[in-house]
Amino acid sequence: MAFIDYYQVLGVDKKASEKDIKNAYRKLARKYHPDLNPNDAEAHKKFQQLNEANEVLSDPEKRKKYDQYGENWKHGEEYEQARQQQSRGGGAGGGFDTSQFGGFEGFGSDDFSDFFQSMFGGAGGAGARGGRQAKYRGQDYNAELRLGLKEAAETHKQTLTVNGKNIRITIPAGVENGQTIKIAGHGGAGVNGGPAGDLYITFVVADDPRFKRQGSDLFANALLDVYTAILGGEVTIDTLDSKVKIKVKPETQNGTRVKLKGKGLPVYKKEGQFGDLYITYDLQIPTNLTDKQKKLFEELRDEAKG
Amino acid sequence: MANLIATADICTYHGVEYTFIDALHEAGLVHIKVVKKDRFIPEDDLARLEKMIRMHHELEINVAGVEAIMHLLDRIELMQEEMRVLRNRVG
Repeated sequence: MAFIDYYQVLGVDKKASEKDIKNAYRKLARKYHPDLNPNDAEAHKKFQQLNEANEVLSDPEKRKKYDQYGENWKHGEEYEQARQQQSRGGGAGGGFDTSQFGGFEGFGSDDFSDFFQSMFGGAGGAGARGGRQAKYRGQDYNAELRLGLKEAAETHKQTLTVNGKNIRITIPAGVENGQTIKIAGHGGAGVNGGPAGDLYITFVVADDPRFKRQGSDLFANALLDVYTAILGGEVTIDTLDSKVKIKVKPETQNGTRVKLKGKGLPVYKKEGQFGDLYITYDLQIPTNLTDKQKKLFEELRDEAKG
Repeated sequence: MANLIATADICTYHGVEYTFIDALHEAGLVHIKVVKKDRFIPEDDLARLEKMIRMHHELEINVAGVEAIMHLLDRIELMQEEMRVLRNRVG
């Protein structure tokens, strides 16, 4: 467990006045407050450190203990153990009285460092002993949910376990890679009656080797033999969930793009609306021609040259 | 129709003055609906309003500051969304 220099966290001198500490906290809290840094885990962590430092340094009693034992807090613990042993043995006890730091139940203990908890016997709300009752909103949780492209194309329900609680969510068809949805009130519990945080779920939609996605439109390539390209015909195309036959016009050029209307992905939260599937033809030049085929092509070439 | 929440309840719960919500309304940051002389905000706007209340309370930011911050946060959100779409297009 590493020692945390709360003065350094707030960027103040050890002789800083209460006002200096308050000002330093305000200034840094404005910079790192989670509301001002949405989805920034680093800022969130920094904000928790600031809260912890402020919790200790803005309370004269805690600050005194921190200043007294801070860097040697382990010795403080040893002293306390010795005191407890003494009192169990009927000794006079006295000295370091941790009871003055007890009674801070109910604060989201995850928000404070192990160092804080070892010093102050559990993370503490300053208001527990009649001081200010600062309400803090609970921590926002961030989670990632991985989906295949086919799964993203269908509305489905999924049960997630967040902090031991099961949450059943509906994933609307058409969610995009990187898209985040907020589930209000399913983050960490609030502190001192503050509101619970929110749960943010970011969808990671895996690439599909067959399709490239742009919004609700899909793009794919299809091989086309030279004969069908020249004379026209039919070709079978893979869509996301089936196969379709499409007609190929005579004299179709390499790289020609055709649109299959409504064969893309569902449009997010717009029921009944679908994107399109765009197919680009890649012409396949025949190889390993027989003598007869070569001769026919030569005839074609001569014919074309006139 | 969206559920409505009485601004009086919000003020009591969060310990904010009525004038603060009025000022946010005047700045166009919340939309107050008046029904039979009582004032309400749509439930969908609650999270946004609570964010502004936190800025005011926890960070001592005045209404003008809240207005500027919300405007910038909206722009950041829009740009992040654009970036996400572009990343998907490039990737």
